Amino acid sequence: MIVEDVICPFCGCLCDDIRVEVEDNKITKVNRACRLGASKIRGHERIKAPMVREDGELVETSYEEAYQRAAQILYQAKRPLLYGWCSTVCEAHKKGILLAEEVGGVIDSTATVCHGPSIIGIEEKGLAGATLGQVKNRADLIVFWGSNPAEAHPRHSLRYSTNVRGKFTEGGRSEKKMIVVDVRKTRSSRNADKFLRIRPGTDYEVISALRMIVGGNGDLLPERVAGISKDDLVDMAEMMKAARFGAFFFGLGLTHSRGSYKNIDNSLSLVNELNSHTKFMIMPMRGHYNVGGFGQVCAWETGYPMAVDFSRGIPYFNPGETAACDVLANGEADAALVVAADPASNFPWSVVEKLAEIPVVQIDPFENPTTLISDVVIPSAVAGVEVEGTAYRMDGLPLRMKKLVTSSYPSDEEVLDGIIKEVRRLGDDN
Amino acid sequence: MIIKGGIVYDPTNGIFGEEMDIFLEKGKVVEEAKGKEIDARGLLVMPGGVDAHAHVAGTKVNTGRIMRPEDARSGLEPKTKLLRPCTGYTVPNCYAIGYRYARMGYTTVFEAATPIIESRHTHEELEEIPIVDKGALTLFGSNWEVLECVRDDDLDKLAAYVAWGLRASRGYGVKVVNPGGGEAWGFGTNVKGLDDPVPNFDTTPREIIRGLVKANEMLNLPHSVHLHTNNLGKPGNYTTVLDTMDTVKDITSTRDRQVLHVTHMQFSSYGGTGWRDFESEAPQIAEYFNRNDHVTMDMGQMIFGNATTMTADGPLEYNNARLLHAKWSNHDIELEDSSGVVPLVYGRKMPVNAIQWAIGLELALLTESPWKTLLTTDHPNGGPFVNYPEVITLLMSKAKREEEMATLHELVAKRTVLPTIERELDWGDIAVMTRAAPAKVLGLAEKGHLGVGADADVTVYDLRPEKIDPARDHKRVKEALGRVKYTIKGGEVVVRDGEIVAVPRGRTYWVDASVPEKDAERVQVDLVEKFEKYYSIQKSNYMVQDAYVTDPVVVKAGVI
Ligand code: SF4
Ligand SMILES: [Zn+2]
Repeated sequence: MIVEDVICPFCGCLCDDIRVEVEDNKITKVNRACRLGASKIRGHERIKAPMVREDGELVETSYEEAYQRAAQILYQAKRPLLYGWCSTVCEAHKKGILLAEEVGGVIDSTATVCHGPSIIGIEEKGLAGATLGQVKNRADLIVFWGSNPAEAHPRHSLRYSTNVRGKFTEGGRSEKKMIVVDVRKTRSSRNADKFLRIRPGTDYEVISALRMIVGGNGDLLPERVAGISKDDLVDMAEMMKAARFGAFFFGLGLTHSRGSYKNIDNSLSLVNELNSHTKFMIMPMRGHYNVGGFGQVCAWETGYPMAVDFSRGIPYFNPGETAACDVLANGEADAALVVAADPASNFPWSVVEKLAEIPVVQIDPFENPTTLISDVVIPSAVAGVEVEGTAYRMDGLPLRMKKLVTSSYPSDEEVLDGIIKEVRRLGDDN
Repeated sequence: MIIKGGIVYDPTNGIFGEEMDIFLEKGKVVEEAKGKEIDARGLLVMPGGVDAHAHVAGTKVNTGRIMRPEDARSGLEPKTKLLRPCTGYTVPNCYAIGYRYARMGYTTVFEAATPIIESRHTHEELEEIPIVDKGALTLFGSNWEVLECVRDDDLDKLAAYVAWGLRASRGYGVKVVNPGGGEAWGFGTNVKGLDDPVPNFDTTPREIIRGLVKANEMLNLPHSVHLHTNNLGKPGNYTTVLDTMDTVKDITSTRDRQVLHVTHMQFSSYGGTGWRDFESEAPQIAEYFNRNDHVTMDMGQMIFGNATTMTADGPLEYNNARLLHAKWSNHDIELEDSSGVVPLVYGRKMPVNAIQWAIGLELALLTESPWKTLLTTDHPNGGPFVNYPEVITLLMSKAKREEEMATLHELVAKRTVLPTIERELDWGDIAVMTRAAPAKVLGLAEKGHLGVGADADVTVYDLRPEKIDPARDHKRVKEALGRVKYTIKGGEVVVRDGEIVAVPRGRTYWVDASVPEKDAERVQVDLVEKFEKYYSIQKSNYMVQDAYVTDPVVVKAGVI
């Protein structure tokens, strides 16, 4: 059987044109996806059965037993952290938020260690955005700042940005300009019409310089800014102003360098100001395919897109206090549920150490370093391959992920439901 | 269930303040029924409220939430055994939306604008809004297929596309926002009037409006075209609106309703040549409505304090943000429209805001028939919907209006005629503006009234219309309107004494309109090309799946 127009459950491009061949309930061929997507869809070694830690060892158990143990851990904790959510569908996010409400926990997504600063920037300034199709049809200038799509979002350029043709961009790449700003040469910078190699940690200064030039105050600038000649900056500013439609994509290189959310704030201002000269949009290059979806669900259910603390019975949000790393680093979190993510690999080491000290429940189809520090491990079906559901692309466009093969594992949603039921039972007993 | 002894206002059925019993069974109003009795002796009883225009679900609304954590902090209500926790004032979370409407006696609300391609998101949020029934109006005013059909004067194909777009979005009606402007905004410009050409598409706003109104009537849709006018929010725009309404006067409605609904008229009733000589032209607009029957409007009343403006009118929001130095979010939608979100504060001492406030009230008070003026605040553009009790009491009490005006910038007396208006609306007028008329304007036969066969949606207010004078006791009236005695939704008591006591799921209305096969096929040919060349997703992934509308009410319409 051939399934057309499959949606790739890997990166924030959420490509929806993948062709998958299925035989005897097994995926035999994946076409059109990049290698990252293809390998996710093909799958790899799975966690076989639920496990609980006994005398230091993970031993296999039943789902019922695993749900009960998970529920006990979360119910007894004073301040459980429910973390992850980037690689599962919105249907699971909804259950996760409900569970966080019921156990009075803190819920947060992997945005906290990737585009969290972008969200804080947006709270200060708003975001001049567009869907990726708008970029495809109109953009004649594309900036990638601190982002290397050739490696991290391999089909972005072909489907949405520099190398695609659209209604007003019929000439494709030859009629577009591409600017890359980064601290090192990358596969993306090789293809750029202009590459600005900046010194690490100087993003804020460079953006400020561009804003001055765009605002007509370039005279005040010194001859070099952060190692870049003024001529180069003037040239880039002129290219941006001369565009008919400009698109500014930024990655972790910008959010994670010195300045963090201030860099984003500054970029948002630059794009706002460019809009008094021409049309310009800006977008974070979201990494995991549905980290954006968690932000959406969390916002409509709680009013906030991440880092929500339910310990007072009402949603409370104060990044710096209620983000995953904060509650772990402060030693406040006394249990954790990790769903569809791998904090053991992605958190700062000191925070991982804290995580290792508290009881951890993991829900994931695949083993990862977080499994090693987990006390209850519950394997689930792969969302977007074995389970249907909703995901939001990096531009906020929602798509329905497909089910390609039938799995004997329960979905994340079903697992969470099982835990919620056990939590409620514990609540009724007390 | 029997609601006993209420003083009933049911304008659709010609009932204005009669003492009578209402019988409910299996979710409907019936001739006779047994069962639980609700003691409503002497209390004001109306059908459940219907809001025909509010921004309650979808990308814009959620963008508002994400960019405004400070707003979430202002409407906190803790979780209970029955209720999910609530946040937000101008952009409340989904649960707050459902609960707050129900506490005011509202049982139906329509989301005012959804782009087809993002309707999946709109429905995800509608599904999470508890209690009330809902629907969403689909944006067509800058859609490439629409622009091309209008340019080619191919009305059959246009109608077939509209039918397809409604199905694809699971939408209920045709929404048009600043026609042509959303496309122009793709390259950062706008259209400036009805005859200003849309760049690259060789058509004009006038042609788009006429084309869509005709297609709407060809499809015999329950609702008319629902229009946010060109030049909205700009001084001097009342002439655009008058011209717009005149331009559809020759088109006949195929149903017993208006041929065009002009929404949040307050934002389109402006005189003056700029903000300095800004003034109300509401009397001219009301006069037009008093002489013509082919159009309806809703107030778009402004409320002082915080608001979050959100609209598919992208250029308007850009200008708002620049004027006010406010946060600005923009979101262009490929091939379909633009949109923007800007938070702002309306101030009593700001001349423009004081005049805007008066304009909304003038429109409702100067237009003779309440059937033509629905009560809205264009939530959350003019202000949040929880302020409907404030608006109702302003309309019912001249004394309250005078108290308010005394706190406003003095220009309100010079640039509007509000101080000279004596009219005080009565309960019958209010029942029309908040129930009967919105249902009629939307074409919802089973909503907004209490005749046999109507949905069993009823509001019982803790007010004795025979004892209380709303003109004098407006404080007490406002309080009672905000915390009803009972809200009954689909035959179930959902609010008692201002508290939510049950949380049923609401249903979602959408329109399935049939069209001739040959036109449908021609549309498909165009769409295949558009998806191959221009959209960023596949055609097969575009349409909203049934999974997103779990309790649908499918209204049939169409040309066959
Ligand atoms: S670019 Fe991203 S979404 Fe597209 S196929 Fe590759 S991994 Fe999947
Ligand atoms: Zn509106």
